[in-house]
Amino acid sequence: MIYSIPAFLPFFIGAALLAVLPNRFKYFVVLIPLVNGILLFLSGTNTQSYDVSVHTFTLELMEVDKLSLLFGYLFHLACFICVIYALHIKDKVQLVAGLAYAGSAIGAVFAGDFVTLFIFWELLALTSAYLVFARRTQAAREAGIRYLIIQVLSGVLLLFGALMYYRDTGSLNIEYIGLGSVASWFLLIAFGIKAAFPFLHTWLTDAYPEATPVGTVFLSAFTTKCAIYMLARTFPGEDLLVYIGAAMTCFPIFYAVIENDLRKVLAYSLINQLGFMVCGIGIGTALALNGTVAHAFNDVIFKGLLFMTMGAVLTRVGHVKGSHLGGLYKTMPKTTIFCIVGAASISAFPLFSGFVSKSMVMAAMIEAGHEYLWLMLLFASAGVFHHAGIKIPFFAFFAHDSGMRPKEAPNNMLIAMGIASVLCIAIGSYPTMLYSLLPWDNTYVPYDVTHTLTQLQLLFFSALAFVWLNKKGLYPPELKSVNLDVEWIYRTAMPTSGLYILAKLSQLKTSFISLGNAIIASIPVMKRDSDANAATMTFRMAIGFVVLVVLAFITQFV
Amino acid sequence: MSTDNHSHKKPEGEAEDFFDKPANVALILKVFYVLCALLVIADFVVHRHIYVSFEEIPTFYALYGFVACVVLVVIAKEMRKIFMKDESYYDERKDESEEMPK
Repeated sequence: MIYSIPAFLPFFIGAALLAVLPNRFKYFVVLIPLVNGILLFLSGTNTQSYDVSVHTFTLELMEVDKLSLLFGYLFHLACFICVIYALHIKDKVQLVAGLAYAGSAIGAVFAGDFVTLFIFWELLALTSAYLVFARRTQAAREAGIRYLIIQVLSGVLLLFGALMYYRDTGSLNIEYIGLGSVASWFLLIAFGIKAAFPFLHTWLTDAYPEATPVGTVFLSAFTTKCAIYMLARTFPGEDLLVYIGAAMTCFPIFYAVIENDLRKVLAYSLINQLGFMVCGIGIGTALALNGTVAHAFNDVIFKGLLFMTMGAVLTRVGHVKGSHLGGLYKTMPKTTIFCIVGAASISAFPLFSGFVSKSMVMAAMIEAGHEYLWLMLLFASAGVFHHAGIKIPFFAFFAHDSGMRPKEAPNNMLIAMGIASVLCIAIGSYPTMLYSLLPWDNTYVPYDVTHTLTQLQLLFFSALAFVWLNKKGLYPPELKSVNLDVEWIYRTAMPTSGLYILAKLSQLKTSFISLGNAIIASIPVMKRDSDANAATMTFRMAIGFVVLVVLAFITQFV
Repeated sequence: MSTDNHSHKKPEGEAEDFFDKPANVALILKVFYVLCALLVIADFVVHRHIYVSFEEIPTFYALYGFVACVVLVVIAKEMRKIFMKDESYYDERKDESEEMPK
């Protein structure tokens, strides 16, 4: 059977139906990503393209090749897991928004032209913002607004870039662009915002920790991966991206080490993982791009898994502050095991999924001759293990006993986490499953003695450093705090300086007004019955005469 | 790996489990140290492929992993002096559902 409808359609229809139907129908929603995903998978590369003509313009809604298909499968899988994870909540907004959000992401990866992409790009922003708002706290509302502004800005830049690109080339097809023209810079920044490039990343670390437990799991899967997908399509082999990516792998881990909110730790670690993908795109060889795509695939699952475990803690305990957690393994043993699986996967332990994809990017880095950048990535790999691999499970589930004895996570959450865990181990142990779907020719073999041994050495000695620092009391304790990041510019510096300028201006206005009043007051008031004496009158008339003479004199020369 | 085994806030009458006993934690750590040592020994026994000049250093990965993490933590701790602010620095966060113990 050949799949021949736009793949996003069932998601939007499902979201619309769910919005009006009673809440008990929500269980059917699980079928949407499942059935649609299976049909799409069976159809594979035979899937038909689908165009819609609007006036003189054609929207290419379904452009299918191996790259878009792989992301399509991934988003179906992610949506399936997220929906199961969300089934226990009574708040329908989140499920509707989540479905529409997943649909937008699928629409974006199958878009064949920039106008279609723009539509889905903005839909991604709109639908996902509700997942933040749904937390219904003041902080979440404000973070959601900031998130929305930045996301919409990315869309506006995309539209701007696309129009300029059309003027330059006469085409709106999404294909290799490469840096050069002004249009390409606009597009790069538009994608860069959603891919959380350094200095453009704060929407992610700001909004993700504020969203609902379910919302963050949805959020972590789609937006950033759409950006990675677009970068892989339009800017492969762009040298600049290697450096941007290397920076992205390194700077967030410092923040992750000192951050107290464990979902924010994961948000920083998400940027770090995106860094590996951006590096791969920058290198641009078949191995590197395969590595990027494979890592995106794995990252959605293991990062989703980690966010799910923290979401479970948030649901049961009410917060995920490392400073006030600990000892939860006693009553949440299953969640603990799932968290450890996620942690092992993100740290790229042999037999877990990160191992078979991250190393592709690392190997490609060496092949491309970037030895020092490779060292940076290796540093980041050790750092990931340190903050995401050890810190998250250790401070949440072990460390010192907080005395809290929350219930185990709801069953549907456990099922979702279980599916993700099985996938992490399955892909890590039988990488051929994933490798066979990769868009470019792949001959990479992850499991050899050198790679396994060196990776184990790296990880074990990172862990040893953690143990040693902890024993020596050098490890920074978890503290209730926020750490300033680039967002400080628009959350503090800009409002403060704006208010300061406003205050100064209003002072200036007041003094101008009082000056004017003083001048007006100094003009003598001539009332009908006030009597000025003759001398004053003569003096004033004389001045008036002099002024007139001077004016007459000047006009002669004008 | 438990940092302070003495500050338990365990509810009364709860049985001690595996990780509560310091002896078990010490045992786990011992096994861990032995594994680390084995990995270092393996580096001299097994012939690794060398792709980058750095890798010629014996036990490069072990050294790098350890040093990287220590450097990471030391720098991050220094960063706290500049970047760490009170939790209510940006907003008051009054309406949060979570009741945080002081």
